[in-house]
Amino acid sequence: MGNHGDIRPTLIEQYRRRAAQVTGVAVAIGLLALPALGLAQDAPTSAATAYRDIPQLGGSRNLIWVIAQLHLLLAGFVLGVPIFAWLCEIVGWKTGEKRYDKLAKEFTKLLTSSYATTALFGGILLFMLIGFYPKLMAYLSDIFFPSFVVYCGLFLIETATLYLYWYGWDAMQGTKKPLHLFLGFLLNVFAFFIMIVPNSWATFQASPVVIAEGSDFARAWAATWNPTWWPVNIHRLIANVVLGGYICGAYAGIRYLSAQTAEERDHYDWMGYVGNFIGVFGLLPLPFAGYWLMREIYQYNQQMGITLMGGFLSWLFILQAMLIGVLFLGSNYYFWLGITHRIPGSEIKYRKPIMTMLVILLLCLGVWMTPHSLVASLEEARKMGGTHHPLLGVFGVMSAKMTVANLMILVTFMSFIMYWRAGKEETAGWAKVAKALMSAVLVIAGIVVIVLGVWGYFVPAIIRINYFSVAQVLIVLFVMLTITPLTALLLRSARTTTEMVWGRMPPRAGYALVLNAVMVILLMTLMGYARSSSRVHWHIYGVMRDSSQYAFSPALGYAAAFMSLNTFLFCMLVAFIFWVATMGDKAKGKDPIEEKKQVPVGAYPAMAGGSQTLDKKH
Amino acid sequence: MKGGVLVRSIILVVGIYIFLKFVLPLVTAPLPASLIFLYLTLTLSGILIFATLSGESTEAFWGPIFRFLRGDGQEGAMKLARLAVLLLFPLLVGWQTYNSTAPSDQPPGENRTIHPAPPGEFVGLSNPFQPTPENIAYGKGRYFSLCFPCHGNFDGKGPAAKGFNPPPANFSDPTTIAMLQESYLFWRIKKGGVGLSIEGMPWKSAMPRWEHELSDEDIWKIIMGEYDGAHQKPRTWE
Ligand code: HEC
Repeated sequence: MGNHGDIRPTLIEQYRRRAAQVTGVAVAIGLLALPALGLAQDAPTSAATAYRDIPQLGGSRNLIWVIAQLHLLLAGFVLGVPIFAWLCEIVGWKTGEKRYDKLAKEFTKLLTSSYATTALFGGILLFMLIGFYPKLMAYLSDIFFPSFVVYCGLFLIETATLYLYWYGWDAMQGTKKPLHLFLGFLLNVFAFFIMIVPNSWATFQASPVVIAEGSDFARAWAATWNPTWWPVNIHRLIANVVLGGYICGAYAGIRYLSAQTAEERDHYDWMGYVGNFIGVFGLLPLPFAGYWLMREIYQYNQQMGITLMGGFLSWLFILQAMLIGVLFLGSNYYFWLGITHRIPGSEIKYRKPIMTMLVILLLCLGVWMTPHSLVASLEEARKMGGTHHPLLGVFGVMSAKMTVANLMILVTFMSFIMYWRAGKEETAGWAKVAKALMSAVLVIAGIVVIVLGVWGYFVPAIIRINYFSVAQVLIVLFVMLTITPLTALLLRSARTTTEMVWGRMPPRAGYALVLNAVMVILLMTLMGYARSSSRVHWHIYGVMRDSSQYAFSPALGYAAAFMSLNTFLFCMLVAFIFWVATMGDKAKGKDPIEEKKQVPVGAYPAMAGGSQTLDKKH
Repeated sequence: MKGGVLVRSIILVVGIYIFLKFVLPLVTAPLPASLIFLYLTLTLSGILIFATLSGESTEAFWGPIFRFLRGDGQEGAMKLARLAVLLLFPLLVGWQTYNSTAPSDQPPGENRTIHPAPPGEFVGLSNPFQPTPENIAYGKGRYFSLCFPCHGNFDGKGPAAKGFNPPPANFSDPTTIAMLQESYLFWRIKKGGVGLSIEGMPWKSAMPRWEHELSDEDIWKIIMGEYDGAHQKPRTWE
């Protein structure tokens, strides 16, 4: 972009104008750093260096970008998987169905094999941070030292628990199962704390709370409990489940595509279904959590909020809408493929409802993806009277986005309900009433959500944010909480008309699972960038400036290239880990008993070119 | 009805294109190409999703395309059509590529950030004056004498508005001042287009810088008058 030349002088000018302010901040930092002086006297040279760099390798910022992102993605996976592995194990234990236990164990295998790599990347990240940003790290260590200690302790017990949980799986079957489940519970508790402790460091950088007085512990505690800490904790917790679910789904999809035996096909088809289900399940509340986080950021600092939502980072949210859109479409597509292929003869019956849901989803996506200020040529902009379309510009604001997000969540939820009910016939006498009631709830909820969305344009922002948006979310939750138990009740007495058949999905189902996983990873790299670049030229917002040569925000295209690179590297890494971890399975698959179950000639592995005719012969 | 799905899909895409490109502009401003492209992509992905749900529908959708491209048993006109497609399609791709990389005298597409982040010193200010009828009336008076030429009757359609790009903000539109806090307006009025921050580029806004003409008191009162006249409320957090 040729405009960069113009930016610099303005930047400098701005800095100059803020010189007074910066001096104030510098004095404040100096005061805060007084305790560090004791250290500085022992090691005068280390205090003098603020930054180190390796320009030959692309520069410190890019290196940190890649390593931190990979570490975060791995960590998200490693912390998300135990949640549903454990739930899966409970289901297996309660229902006595062995396949759930097997699946839980398979999840845990993926988890155990990624655990070491996660720690490895954490280590690399730490060394790099210390090496590249000595001043910043000294400051952060000074504040967070107590929580560093806690973190190390947590890591020790988490590792021990994971070893016991994984290696004790077979030994703790039968009467010892509750003990094993308890270990799984502990694993999750520790994992949760392992996530929220570093979250406090990262959120502190965005919304610092610095108190000058008090003990070390009091200072660390105040810094930890900063305004965006809990919103990020919740958002990440849910997102980790989503990431874990979709990655396990992708793993199952690939195993399904390369399956050699009918048994394998059945198993991985089912595992893919479970993975997608977990992903969707997490995806439904995720926009709410994200909205809350954004709101807290806005309230904490209008400047940061506007940089993100209205300023130069707002384009990221259009990309986000696209990725989330693909994710919603991909997940629903997988549900719909499941209905048409796993439940023989249901195709005609569900064509109409699927079409309706698809159209609603697409309309919502159209609204969600419409930016507030549009990309337009000079000519076009002149005709519109600005980059803001007189009619479609109204889709560009939160009221519209919230409304369509809620509608998409409703539709996806109904996809799932439809899948759940497919192939079954309700026999209960009150089934008709119940079904009418559910439809009514759904339709009314949809209408109310839309009405609130439109009305939202005509009330003050605060009313929309505090009441309307909250009401929309509550309505959607209400729908889920009424329809789910009602459906469960209905299905308890239902007659199964068509048995679900596993292993019949066409290859594109497997590819859809992979696509979904890639979308989630891209989303995390995208929003990770948004989160850290919303601090703009601050290491710690308003407290410690970034005075390195990298204190500028890269062009969006450059950033997008890095997001893609990180996504690619992460996929390769995970593929490698899973490949190594499952090498043993393949060898086992060759044993004579398995050999006999080989599918007859004609039923090629699903990967075979994606040909329908091959599928049909099956 | 052979090829029915395919034909209907093509009709749908073309129909939506015609609607977006030619029908919609009858009632409102024409859509930029980027938006039309976005909506057509969505339509196309919807079609692909729906067509590939079952084995039969996939066959009905892709079958004719594949048969056509393979040239199974084609005669006469069909054969020619196939040849033409096979020749023209790569040419089309080449032309597109050329078009998008060749230097042109068109200015690049603009992605102006309408609401860039305000400088730190303007964050968190609040209006020191009470919204009494006198204050509002005073603010409106100042508004009509100074801002009206551009911003008009709070609708961005002042007599001078036509001459400016970007156009003067329309305060009645719920996507302008209704989304902003008063401190934001204070910054914009005081510093004007030249005071826009880095990401507000290109800095060619005609919004004057009022800090030399107006006292802070006047600006705060004008803000009140502006919200009142536009029937909007500023964004607040309480
Ligand atoms: C010469 C024409 C002109 C005059 C006179 C003028 N403005 Fe503007 N104003 C603009 C233009 C053009 C924009 C849109 C571009 C921009 O945001 O800078 C704008 C934008 C604004 C905005 C920002 C709105 C938003 O949503 O970001 C405010 C607030 C504003 N003007 C207030 C005023 C007030 C108050 C006065 C009178 C004291 C005034 N303007 C006088 C041309 C003018």
